[in-house]
Amino acid sequence: MMLRNICRYQRQFGQVIWPFSFPQGQHVSILSTHLQKARYASATTEKRKFYENVSISQGEGGLYEINLDKRKLKTPGGKLFTVPNEALAIAVATEWDVQKDSLKFYTMHLTTLCNTALDNPTQRTEEQMISAALKFLETDTICYRVEEPPGLVELQRNEWDPVLNWIEQRYNVVIGSSTSIMGPQIPEETKETFRQHLNSYNFWSLTGLEYVITQLKSLVLSFGLIDRHLSVEQAVLLSRLEEEYQIQQWGNVEWVHDYDMYELQARTAAGAMFVHLSSESTAVKRKILQD
Amino acid sequence: MAAVTSPLRACRGILKELRIAKGSDYRNTLVYKHVLEQFRRNQFCRARMDALHAARTYLCLLTSTRMHLRLHERYHGRGDRALEEVAGLVGLRLPTQPGGKGWET
Repeated sequence: MMLRNICRYQRQFGQVIWPFSFPQGQHVSILSTHLQKARYASATTEKRKFYENVSISQGEGGLYEINLDKRKLKTPGGKLFTVPNEALAIAVATEWDVQKDSLKFYTMHLTTLCNTALDNPTQRTEEQMISAALKFLETDTICYRVEEPPGLVELQRNEWDPVLNWIEQRYNVVIGSSTSIMGPQIPEETKETFRQHLNSYNFWSLTGLEYVITQLKSLVLSFGLIDRHLSVEQAVLLSRLEEEYQIQQWGNVEWVHDYDMYELQARTAAGAMFVHLSSESTAVKRKILQD
Repeated sequence: MAAVTSPLRACRGILKELRIAKGSDYRNTLVYKHVLEQFRRNQFCRARMDALHAARTYLCLLTSTRMHLRLHERYHGRGDRALEEVAGLVGLRLPTQPGGKGWET
C-alpha cells in the first residue's frame, strides 16, 4: 500500500525512477482508483456487501433475529441483534436486503435505532430520557416565534398555532408561544401531565421518541406525529417552516435543501415507525380479536 | 408527489418503492407478503386510520431514503478525483512515457 502511494507521488512529479519492479501486467491507474475509493469509503460509513440472502427467525423469548446468509446479525456492541416484534424485524431485514454492492449504513435508520436501543452506549435510563424530552419543551420550535419579517410571523401563526391548539386540547395542558429569547414559560402541571403520559412508554419507544424529537427539534411536533395527528411530511414541513419560507424568498438549492429535507424525512419516518412498532404487541392484538 | 390519502395509493406506493429497490424479485420478499397481508387484514378494522398512517409513514421512509441516497451519490459521493482530472484542472497533462515506466517489465 505504501509502495503504491510513493509511486503515485513519484509519478506526479516525474522525478526518480523507482528501482523496484511491479508484477507483470499490472495496470496502475485502475488500482489507484480502487485505492482512492477504498480509502474514501471508510469502515464506519460503507462496507462491501458480504451476504446474499436475508431472512428472519424467531429465537428464544419470542424475540426475532436477522440472518444474513447463515450468520446472525449482531449489534456494534457485539450483542445478538433481537427485536420484539415481527413487523419491525421484517422492516429491518428489508433495509439489509435492498443494499447493493456496498452497505450504506447511513440509509439504514431502523437498524441504527435498534442498535441504539440494544447497546444503549450512553447508558441512558428511562427517567433521563423523559426528563430530557420535557426539558426540550422549553426550546420547542413551535413555541419560539420571530417578530419579523411579517411574512414569516404570519406563516408561523397560521401553521403552528393549530398544532399548539391541538396538543393543548388533546392533553388538557397550557403551553403557549413566545417571542422572547427566554422562550415560553411551561407550567409545572403541563410537564407533569406529559410525564405521566411518557411513563407508559417502554425503553424502546422512548429511544425512538427521543430520536424524533432531536430530528424535528420539537416535542409538540413529535407528539403530533406519534399520535397520528400529522403525517411525516407535514411534521417535517412544519419543523422546517423557516427554511421553507427562505426557500420561497430566495430559491431552492437541491444539494442542500432537498438533501436535508429527504434526510430529515427518512430519519423522522424511521423514528415514528420505531415508536409505533415498539409499543404495539401483535400477539396481544390477535388474542383480543379472537375472543 | 400527489397526496397519499387512500389506502390503495399508499399500498401501491410501497409496492412501487419495493420494486425499485429490489428489482423483479420484489414479490418474493418477506416485506411484500407482510405489506399485502396487512392491507387485506385491515380493510374493515377499527384501527384502519392507524394502519393507513403506518403505511404512509413506511412509504415516506422508503421514498425519502431513496431520494436522499440519490442526492448523496450525485453531489457528495465522488470522493477523490482521478489523477488525470486533477492535472487537467490547472491545465496540465501527465507526461506520457512511450517506453513504459522504468520499473515496469
